[in-house]
Amino acid sequence: MIDALRVLAFVVIVRPLVCGVLGLNRQGREWLPERGPAVVVANHNSHLDTLVVMCLFRLARLCDVRPVGARDYFTKSRWLEWLATRLLGVIPLERSCRPSGGDPLAACDRALADGQVLIVFPEGTRGEPEKIAPFRPGVAHLARRHPEVPFVPVWLEGCGKAMPRGSRIPIPFVCDVRIGEPTRWTGDRDAFIAELERRVLALRRHRSLRPRL
Amino acid sequence: MNAVLAPGVQIVLAGIFGTLVLATASVRVVRFRLAPSLATDLALRIRTWWIMCAVFVSALLIGRNASLVFLAVASFLALREYLSIVPLRPTDRTAVGVAYVAILAQYGLIEFGRHDLVPIVVPVFALFALPIALLRGGETEAFLQRLATISWGVLAFVYGFGYLAVLLATGDLFDAGAGGAGWMLYLVVSAQASDVVQYAAGKAVGRRPIAPRISPKKTWEGLIAGLVAATALAWLLGPWLTPLVGWRAALGGLVIGLAGFLGGLTMSAIKRDLGLKDSGTLLPGHGGMLDRIDSLYLSAPALYLLLCVLA
Repeated sequence: MIDALRVLAFVVIVRPLVCGVLGLNRQGREWLPERGPAVVVANHNSHLDTLVVMCLFRLARLCDVRPVGARDYFTKSRWLEWLATRLLGVIPLERSCRPSGGDPLAACDRALADGQVLIVFPEGTRGEPEKIAPFRPGVAHLARRHPEVPFVPVWLEGCGKAMPRGSRIPIPFVCDVRIGEPTRWTGDRDAFIAELERRVLALRRHRSLRPRL
Repeated sequence: MNAVLAPGVQIVLAGIFGTLVLATASVRVVRFRLAPSLATDLALRIRTWWIMCAVFVSALLIGRNASLVFLAVASFLALREYLSIVPLRPTDRTAVGVAYVAILAQYGLIEFGRHDLVPIVVPVFALFALPIALLRGGETEAFLQRLATISWGVLAFVYGFGYLAVLLATGDLFDAGAGGAGWMLYLVVSAQASDVVQYAAGKAVGRRPIAPRISPKKTWEGLIAGLVAATALAWLLGPWLTPLVGWRAALGGLVIGLAGFLGGLTMSAIKRDLGLKDSGTLLPGHGGMLDRIDSLYLSAPALYLLLCVLA
């Protein structure tokens, strides 16, 4: 039931918004995993980022695509919580570490074991528009537990202009989505994080950067 | 306007699809004698032409309102592509949103029959609303650049390109037996033919570049061939589609060809300034929307002006 509702929401609202009002410039689609288990690693500037990455997948695969988001953000209201965790299928993640609270990555583990595709934003926050923050180590723990799962780097640009942090109405801007060659667990936490960062940033330099004032 | 198109329009539409069939067939035949990259590029270009022509002709066939929506969407796609590649700041978001409102104003006026207001509303709107929106951001650094950047986009892709819609809607004003659709076809077919011939002749025999620093691909040979093609085609099509005959029809073609060339050169300079090869990926083989309509945003108002002078 909720799966059908999600597909309906994408057909009626999300896809027209992302592909019609915003517009996508896709590059490197051949690297996108057809099916899970896989982890998509993207930079984060806007609420639209999650929707844009979800729109890359075929509708039939949509219900196996699970964004990972900060629990404290969308438990602010019950309506927001329903929208995120039920309609979009977001896996809530505890941002603050509580030693007694059990394994924070258990839900992610289950999703990967079920062959689903996770979307993670290792910067941890949307930050300043069109700027990238250092990656946090959580994604490395995920990779260490699943050394066989490909981690696909994605660079997003434009969503931060269309709907930056603090704004409510999206303004039409074409968003660039560049997908790169996947990597796997390298055996070392810091080296893996550095490698992921390097791959995402390499996509940014893939084409000449848009000039800035 | 009648849903049924005038006979002249029907024949020209058939001619368009005939040309496409011919182009598809000839690329299939000579494919193996061309360099593989050129063959793929040509095939992709022609495939996109098919889709563009199909959408354009369907809009014309459905009627005036569908054609207006088609043009408004083209304006929107062009403006969005432009505003997405130019350098702006996060604080310019409001001004960008305001720029899109100009599209509603331009095509709304035409839809509700107030063509008399078209020459004034969008310019005044841009002069007032864009600075107000930018001033709200409160940043003066590069203010002039940002204001000029957004204003030019509105001027070119809403106001200039919007004259296609004026031609479409006021076809009867200029006493065309074929109506607005006739004017639109006259303009679009001449402009695009000029573009294609310029590209083909430039590739085949082009040697002397006109402006090597701006666009090494634009040559004198290509330009002359394009202008001859536009003039000849307009002279042929004029009597079928418009009340223009003889030298007036030919002059229209020459103006369309020259304005289209200037529009393309301007777009090349802008892309070079921004360090981009194509403005986008919306039209495979052609690049972005701007790469295709760069021959229309100047020729539409230029043709309209010529008609006002000739009338």
